[in-house]
Amino acid sequence: MGLMDKHAIIEKNATLLLVGSLLVVTVGGIVEIAPLFYLDNTIEKVEGMRPYSPLELAGRNIYVREGCYLCHSQMIRPFRDEVERYGHYSLAAESMYDHPFQWGSKRTGPDLARVGDRYSNDWHVQHLSDPRSVVPESIMPKYAFLKDTPIQVKDFSTHLVANRRVGVPYSDDMIAHANADLMAQADPNADTSGLLSRYPKAKVGDLDGNPQQVTEMDALVAYLQMLGTLVDFKHYDEAAGYR
Amino acid sequence: MKFGTETVALSLFAFAALVAAGFGVDEPFRQHMWVLFIVLVGFTAILLRNTSFAPAAPIDPSAYMDGPIRYGAIATMFWGVVGMLVGVVIALQLAYPDLNIQPWFNFGRLRPLHTSGVVFAFGGNALLCTSMYVVQRTCRARLFGGNLAWFVFWGYQLFIVMAATGYLLGITESREYAEPEWYVDIWLTIVWVAYLLLFLGTILKRKEPHIYVANWFYLSFIVTIAMLHVVNNLSMPASFLGSKSYSAFSGVQDALTQWWYGHNAVGFFLTAGFLGMMYYFVPKQANRPVYSYRLSIIHFWALIFLYIWAGPHHLHYTALPDWAQTLGMVFSIMLWMPSWGGMINGLMTLSGAWDKIRTDPIIRMMVIAIAFYGMSTFEGPMMSIKSVNSLSHYTDWTIGHVHSGALGWVGMISFGAIYYMVPKLWNRERLYSLRLVTWHFWLATLGIVVYAAVMWVSGIMQGLMWREYDEQGFLVYSFAETVAAMHPYYIMRAVGGAMYLSGALIMAWNITMTILGHQRQEQPLPGSVPALQPAQ
Repeated sequence: MGLMDKHAIIEKNATLLLVGSLLVVTVGGIVEIAPLFYLDNTIEKVEGMRPYSPLELAGRNIYVREGCYLCHSQMIRPFRDEVERYGHYSLAAESMYDHPFQWGSKRTGPDLARVGDRYSNDWHVQHLSDPRSVVPESIMPKYAFLKDTPIQVKDFSTHLVANRRVGVPYSDDMIAHANADLMAQADPNADTSGLLSRYPKAKVGDLDGNPQQVTEMDALVAYLQMLGTLVDFKHYDEAAGYR
Repeated sequence: MKFGTETVALSLFAFAALVAAGFGVDEPFRQHMWVLFIVLVGFTAILLRNTSFAPAAPIDPSAYMDGPIRYGAIATMFWGVVGMLVGVVIALQLAYPDLNIQPWFNFGRLRPLHTSGVVFAFGGNALLCTSMYVVQRTCRARLFGGNLAWFVFWGYQLFIVMAATGYLLGITESREYAEPEWYVDIWLTIVWVAYLLLFLGTILKRKEPHIYVANWFYLSFIVTIAMLHVVNNLSMPASFLGSKSYSAFSGVQDALTQWWYGHNAVGFFLTAGFLGMMYYFVPKQANRPVYSYRLSIIHFWALIFLYIWAGPHHLHYTALPDWAQTLGMVFSIMLWMPSWGGMINGLMTLSGAWDKIRTDPIIRMMVIAIAFYGMSTFEGPMMSIKSVNSLSHYTDWTIGHVHSGALGWVGMISFGAIYYMVPKLWNRERLYSLRLVTWHFWLATLGIVVYAAVMWVSGIMQGLMWREYDEQGFLVYSFAETVAAMHPYYIMRAVGGAMYLSGALIMAWNITMTILGHQRQEQPLPGSVPALQPAQ
């Protein structure tokens, strides 16, 4: 066992042991993760993906804050039962602007990747405020306080800028209008034509049943209602997605 | 002057926290900075009370530095009870959702408190204090760097407090087991580098020619966690006076980076580090040498090499490219071998001392830990097979698997190490009570068995219900029906967890009494005193 005897060299040299183990543990990560950043077929090209509108992003931040991802996945696997239950299986492109991703690891509740447009705004508000009033079997906590919490942001454009720095294509126009767009999306009296040209398919209007102010409930509903709605699968070329 | 610079530095730090509390751009950040300010002022006050102008007593450089280890043992016990208690609470929340108290004590905010509490607060403190204990004794050298060990200890406690209070305030990056936000991450990086310096520095000044195998595992755990922590937490804050940051990566890349981290938090934090613990405390308690030196070399290098590749098995059938999933699965299955190499090396160390399982409850605890290690490192590779994973993923089976590893392996080996260390650290002749250790052993073991078995049933049942079709080709169950079906299992799971928690409470009592210097008058355990045989 010549090789084994040579191990004594490493055992007597702490630096060698440190460098050796660091080298050994870096290999796997480099081989598996690094190619994902430059292999073109990691993310298929699809029509319709756009960055989140400011209100949707604020809603997404609430989704993260409340730990929704701990019980709800946003990743439909390509199985018959999942596709029938939740809709078309999730594409890599559909989370390309997600910093961080929200795929989740547990379904204590159902998958939410395509929950958008499945229920009315009123249903969401009622469900979030008191889940068991609409789904008696539900074990979800209540989030009634969202209705009473106005969106409090000093300057939301900083959030769009931070996203742009990590690669989300927010334009100067989007950043300049960030604070106005944030408020306009949930204001039934606002002119949303500019907002909708920047963020097509965004859900506008009074979302939480309280037109007086823009609340965290507005933001969360705006986010939930757009989930999975951006890609139009009538025009999606299945074969182009094969990898 | 003792603690002069430390006091000044701390009070400046506290002042900075106060400024941040005043100028923070979002409400959670301001609240979090108030918490930091109050904690730091508390620390400063304690330091001021202990300040002395007398010349410091000379330190014997040949004596071991056991102060931080004593604190670490107490912290391990304290955070263990807290983390497990939160676990029982959230288990009950799943059975009885009215136990959620919005907004701070909803399941979504308490769950990271539980996972971080048991993994990083309980497990982390156990690793910190045992590694300091082991490295000094196997290197025959005092801890490197003077008060560096105290900085590592208190710095780590500050990290725990900031992480925990952050979760309750809703401050999270949503990366499982790496939830703290950017500023807490930066603090942990500083503490962790100090820990690496402390550990490596002590090895470098060792008086033994060889570095003992336990230290290989501790060292690789420390350096790998540093790498994983830094890469996985790369993010862009929206404001340097705000709590929100956005991950440097998105979607697919972000998912694999996170699970590269997540799986190796298991592989290095919860496995390599605790194998280091096993390699010191099992031979010590059994009074036998490690079974095989060659096996330890092979399984060490194989384990640390293979573990890193296993992350993609958390992302089977997702939008992660197929090649990465398959690679992750293959390496996960290969990982079975080095894992069992460690198990065999640990168990066979008892060769010639198997009778101690009957007579020594601490050995019994260590043996059951290694047995659970073997069980969960078989279950893990099995669950990483894609066809098995298609059923088990997203269900409670995963939760059960994690807990047989965490409660069975991590918990039990830590309990064994603490039971071993505490009488020695406080110069006590023995533990307060060995019979209480036996009680702890049985409560914990039965608790795990209940927990794991219940989660197998509920997980597999849930997975099967989701995919069940009737003869006409329709899905049989709505999602809500599968939730309702879980109810009895969630109650039984909470019972299993409560049994485990009650064992830990008994341990806390036993350890406290030992530290206070009491010895319980009790009958010796059967078999521990040789029975006299009448002459024929």
